[in-house]
Amino acid sequence: MVTMETKPAVKPNQPTMENGPYLEKFEQFEKSAKGPAWVLAARKAGISHFTELGFPTLQDEDWRFTNVAPIAKLPFKPVLEPTRDGFTAKELGQFTFAGLAGSKLVFVNGHFAPKLSSVAELPDGVKVMSLGAALASDTALVEKHLFRHARADTNAFTALNTAFFQDGAFIHLPAGKIVAEPIQLLYVSTANENGTTAHPRNLIVAEQGSQVTVIESFVSLSDAAYFTNSVTELVAGDNAVVEHLKFQDESQQAFHLATVAAHFDRASNVVTHSIALGAKLSRTNIYATLAGEGLECILNGLYLTRGEQLADHYMIVEHAQPHGASHEYFNGILADKSKGVFHGRILVRPGAQKTDAKQTNKNLLLSDDATANTKPQLEIYADDVKCTHGATIGQLDDEAIFYLRARGIALEKARRMLIHAFAGEIIDRVRCEPLREELNKVVWDRLEQNEQVTVNR
Amino acid sequence: MTQPILAIQNLSAGVEGRQILKGINLVIRPGEVHAVMGPNGSGKSTLASILAGRDGYNITGGEVIYCGKDLLELDPEERAREGLFLAFQYPVEIPGVNSTYFLKAAYNEIRRHRGQPELDAMEFLTFVKERMKILNVPEDFLKRPVNHGFSGGEKKRNEIFQMAVLEPKLAILDETDSGLDIDALKIVALGVNKLKRPDNAQLVITHYQRLLNFIVPDFVHVLYDGRIVRSGGKELALELEEKGYELIVHRAAVPA
Ligand SMILES: Nc1ncnc2c1ncn2[C@@H]1O[C@H](COP(=O)(O)OP(=O)(O)OP(=O)(O)O)[C@@H](O)[C@H]1O
Ligand SMILES: [Mg+2]
Repeated sequence: MVTMETKPAVKPNQPTMENGPYLEKFEQFEKSAKGPAWVLAARKAGISHFTELGFPTLQDEDWRFTNVAPIAKLPFKPVLEPTRDGFTAKELGQFTFAGLAGSKLVFVNGHFAPKLSSVAELPDGVKVMSLGAALASDTALVEKHLFRHARADTNAFTALNTAFFQDGAFIHLPAGKIVAEPIQLLYVSTANENGTTAHPRNLIVAEQGSQVTVIESFVSLSDAAYFTNSVTELVAGDNAVVEHLKFQDESQQAFHLATVAAHFDRASNVVTHSIALGAKLSRTNIYATLAGEGLECILNGLYLTRGEQLADHYMIVEHAQPHGASHEYFNGILADKSKGVFHGRILVRPGAQKTDAKQTNKNLLLSDDATANTKPQLEIYADDVKCTHGATIGQLDDEAIFYLRARGIALEKARRMLIHAFAGEIIDRVRCEPLREELNKVVWDRLEQNEQVTVNR
Repeated sequence: MTQPILAIQNLSAGVEGRQILKGINLVIRPGEVHAVMGPNGSGKSTLASILAGRDGYNITGGEVIYCGKDLLELDPEERAREGLFLAFQYPVEIPGVNSTYFLKAAYNEIRRHRGQPELDAMEFLTFVKERMKILNVPEDFLKRPVNHGFSGGEKKRNEIFQMAVLEPKLAILDETDSGLDIDALKIVALGVNKLKRPDNAQLVITHYQRLLNFIVPDFVHVLYDGRIVRSGGKELALELEEKGYELIVHRAAVPA
């Protein structure tokens, strides 16, 4: 089924927050901010966009189901200096993916932690380093891409990140280079005050024909209502093969906002996954621009929520050239009073013929109090395209449960099998095997902790 | 005389506002093969479903004794572990559940129930491969999610394959023959026959006498509007094929 919906032209004009603390903090920070002049200019533009835009409200079409007022109400405490908590590499062992081989960059409250990081041997010319360092050593390369994909003028959170970011990862693969082992970016929050805010900023560039796997993992050692506001710009050149996985396992009190702005060139093959397990409120924006012909991308995601968690995924997939395929698969498993939101917009530009765009969002409600909101949006300006979307919100399939029971499998186990299977559909799309195995384990554990499994019977 | 595997006495059942089974009587003893035939909507699948324990039906009368136990008191999984197996008329697709994993879980549930040690992954694989050979089942059945993306015929074959693995005491085959091509039909029937033992039994629901050339029944029953209106030997199936239900039923209504 194809429905057309156009974006409302009017944007409610409503700064609900006091601009004061943000602007004030920026003016202080600006004095000490290091880096090239063009970065400072971008920061200034960022803060002015932010003051103009203000935090989105429920009146904003793109934020209808997710109320960010609790974030606006937090005291704003950007972490402007590296934290001297002195926790050790050993403590990182508790986090998912800890055992994974390959390079690992660790960021504590948005600042690079060199002592906790390790870079494996890399092919000639491949860069895996902190963005802060790259701004000094590889300015031209960074300038070519940074700020060009994530738009600060339309997204208040990207604007805020651009103004305040301290550090993040810079990954660059020259043409044809292959990094076999996954590169892990670990963001740890150690905040002990509410409103502590980290703004990780990452730039990942895989030039023509290169291949890489990158994990962004957000975890915490904190119980505070801290705020992570991250932005990643991801560029896949012609024929590049990229697997990108964002793993969000923040504390249950945390607020998590993330934007992945991706640009794909001709015949590239990119799969980006978003796994959301933690945070009180999380929102992941994925903006994918299919800028070249004949490319293929998969946007794949899984969210598990319980208690009063809210997990929101918002994406815009823009087909700008012919013969592009995009496939979005998002599954949510929602327990207790939690809420899942999916908003997927497919935009097919004039001339992007033979586009093959597919979107599915499936939600499994494990409780009568859980809610799922799903909103597909197709905007198609080419005539020879195939666009489909489907959304389901439901409980476990009674027929399937009976089938399993009729083979001797107990009700409780049958239900668990089906819930795991529902998550497994998404996890199975992770290509990197050690990554997939780790994910299987952690998702399995989380589902087992769920006491809500029997509620619908 | 040996204890029957299944004894259905005057079973009446229906769904809200509608009586479907109107007093079924049927006794199945070890070593026997029974065929049930009957027009669309006569209640064949309802009977099979009630025996397997699907909920949603009201049992309004009668009883079902399975190997000396009150069958209707048992949960579906308990029935399965006690050796009752239903080959579904419409097998369910379960995306995301790997067939090997599923079948091993089912098999080990039954073993545990019998007080036998569970098989580990390797042992199970050896065992299951041998079963696959009997039924000529392609290897990839095991690798795919349960019934997911299977063709109609493949699903039916998969049911019989599961039956071969689980080795039930009473197998109920609900139109396993429909949707099978002639070669598959022969393979399935051959498999069913190979699994036949003096201590187990089969209840075969079908529309076609063709199947009964391969699986030769000891008894044929005609289910019509919720009742078994006639029972006989295998020749009854031929008679049905020839005359159709109306005539047979008519004759039954007027006892000779
Ligand atoms: N859950 C239900 N709700 C309502 N009606 C039902 C239900 N289950 C069965 N029926 C009705 O009961 C009757 C018997 O159905 P059943 O599936 O048992 O027939 P059948 O003999 O297996 O037919 P077929 O040969 O077409 O498979 C049908 O009229 C059917 O519509
Ligand atoms: Mg039927």
